Amino acid sequence: MAQIAIVERKCTGCGLCQSNCPFGAIDMVNGKPELNAACKVCGICVKNCPEKAIVKLETKVDSVDKSKWNDILVYAEVSGGRLHPVSLELIGKAHELKEAVPGFKVKAVLVGDGVSAYAEELRHYGVSEIAVYDDKELGYYRADAYASCVEDYIKYCRPSVVLVGATALGRSLAPRLATRFHTGLTADCTTLILRDTTDLVQIRPAFGGNIMAQIVTLNTRPQFATVRYKVMNAPVRSDEVTGEILTRKIPKGVAESKASCVSVVPVPPKQSISDAEILVVGGRGLQKESDLEMIKELAKLLGGDWATTRPLVEKGWTTNDRQIGLSGRTVRPRLIITCGVSGAIQFTACMNGSDHIVSINTDRDAPIFEVAHIGIVGDLYEIVPALINQLKEAQA
Amino acid sequence: MRILVCVKQVPDTTEVKLSSEYTLQRDFVAQVMNPADESALEKALALRDQHGGTVTVMTMGPARAESMLREAITRGADEAIHLTDSAFAGADTLVTAKCLQAASEMGEGFDLILCGRRAVDGETGQVGPMVAALLDVPCVPNATDVRLENNALVIDQLTEAGVITWQACFPAVITFCEWSHHLRLPTLMGMRRARNAQIRRVTAQELGIKETGLKASPTRVVRIHSRPVGVRPCQKLPVDEVLAALVHKEVLP
Repeated sequence: MAQIAIVERKCTGCGLCQSNCPFGAIDMVNGKPELNAACKVCGICVKNCPEKAIVKLETKVDSVDKSKWNDILVYAEVSGGRLHPVSLELIGKAHELKEAVPGFKVKAVLVGDGVSAYAEELRHYGVSEIAVYDDKELGYYRADAYASCVEDYIKYCRPSVVLVGATALGRSLAPRLATRFHTGLTADCTTLILRDTTDLVQIRPAFGGNIMAQIVTLNTRPQFATVRYKVMNAPVRSDEVTGEILTRKIPKGVAESKASCVSVVPVPPKQSISDAEILVVGGRGLQKESDLEMIKELAKLLGGDWATTRPLVEKGWTTNDRQIGLSGRTVRPRLIITCGVSGAIQFTACMNGSDHIVSINTDRDAPIFEVAHIGIVGDLYEIVPALINQLKEAQA
Repeated sequence: MRILVCVKQVPDTTEVKLSSEYTLQRDFVAQVMNPADESALEKALALRDQHGGTVTVMTMGPARAESMLREAITRGADEAIHLTDSAFAGADTLVTAKCLQAASEMGEGFDLILCGRRAVDGETGQVGPMVAALLDVPCVPNATDVRLENNALVIDQLTEAGVITWQACFPAVITFCEWSHHLRLPTLMGMRRARNAQIRRVTAQELGIKETGLKASPTRVVRIHSRPVGVRPCQKLPVDEVLAALVHKEVLP
């Protein structure tokens, strides 16, 4: 554990620490820096201080016995009557992670009504143990009831790492679990690395700025992380069947709940942009709402779907389910064409895995060209119609 | 009905400027109320107008966040609480939730806690559900609306599968989707009240929390790196060669 301290005697009040702080955590008070509550103890100010007047103090904090927490547990989500594919992606990632620590195994837990049926399917993915909590009382998702089941299994199997899909359900379940165990949870990780010390290095874009943060849960276990759909690779289904199915007793108190579901109005099944093979994306370069039409037309000619960046959703031109980015969806299509998108990390982190990225932007130094395979420098109002014409000619 | 709205001050991301090292230039960035929190505040004000009661806004953050609390009063909030203490520095989501929970239980407590479903800077969406877990009360995240029917809360929640309607008893924590409700404009009366309003400042000691901030946080940022620059060699092509290149790569037929 650490904290930042400013040695006043050495400080000249130059203000470099304030201007370099990525979190705005340093205020200049009477010409001297003062830390405020926004400090993340990243240490950038320590490095930047020309007078070496800022120091990082390390203090020792008690840690749990990490050797008593082993294996990687994946929460296998069943929602909307299917095993959510993000769960399989997480199992695939868990297999990669476990290589770092000899003896680590991959386990899965299923919670719901009638979920036993999915346990057989999970046996095709090299999982060593599948815990099943199957009961009528678990018919629809209730955070407290589901958390009690997973909590019960975590206490039984003591995993070092717990991976949860960053779905609506997972985003509600994971914080409840992390709170019950008083341990760390990192949301929306884009990269996960397991150290041989069993510490999980969780990397995610952070703070609206173009920075990536490496986060570690240092002294507590288990380590919770959520990962979005389509961020990790899906594993190959094996014909071989492995792993034991463990039917667990439902913990007490699950039937009682302070909240109950009144009704579910399903939205008509709609193709999600996450499932599209080809995507055309409109960004802030678009000047008015009606200009989205040419983005849609290009998408249609290519046989794909269309999406936007966050500013267009904020303007109310389209809805959140069309948005690519940290506050929208993550996509990995075969081809993605971005039109007038500058390439903020919240956007690129959620489309960087696409097979082929074509980007149109007037600024040849725009960050989007750092992730694009093919770049077209120019005005989208000339280029998009040109592409549309070319496609129409080719199809005629 | 006593309603608490938890809000956060965030950089206005539509105005973000980056330095040559791709760090955020905070000096020039306006600080605004997180958009999803605005929705929660508007809903709280509407519920109060309809059913009576009070709306309290609360934030944990540096001194500059006070301007946001005053702004909330101009829009109609009744009181404001500001958790501010250098001991909170480095607090992660769990510790932030613990502080908010402790503060929410000071005095009379609250019947309903509303907040945004996530902040545009951190984007974790964890604090609301964690506060609920600590209080051991129901939590409905991603809400689009909440009503009172027969003395119980009825909440519409947006999920991937559709809209789920919940019934919950008091107290409860509900987190709102951004843009679900547009925050009303400031009123002249509100502005006058905001100028004279006493904002209650609370320190870690008053919360009775011994260990807070980074020291108590289970997670820790161990390294920050700016985005990888030039990770992919981008081939710049004129517009009439692009489709041919994609056909050549067998991306297009």
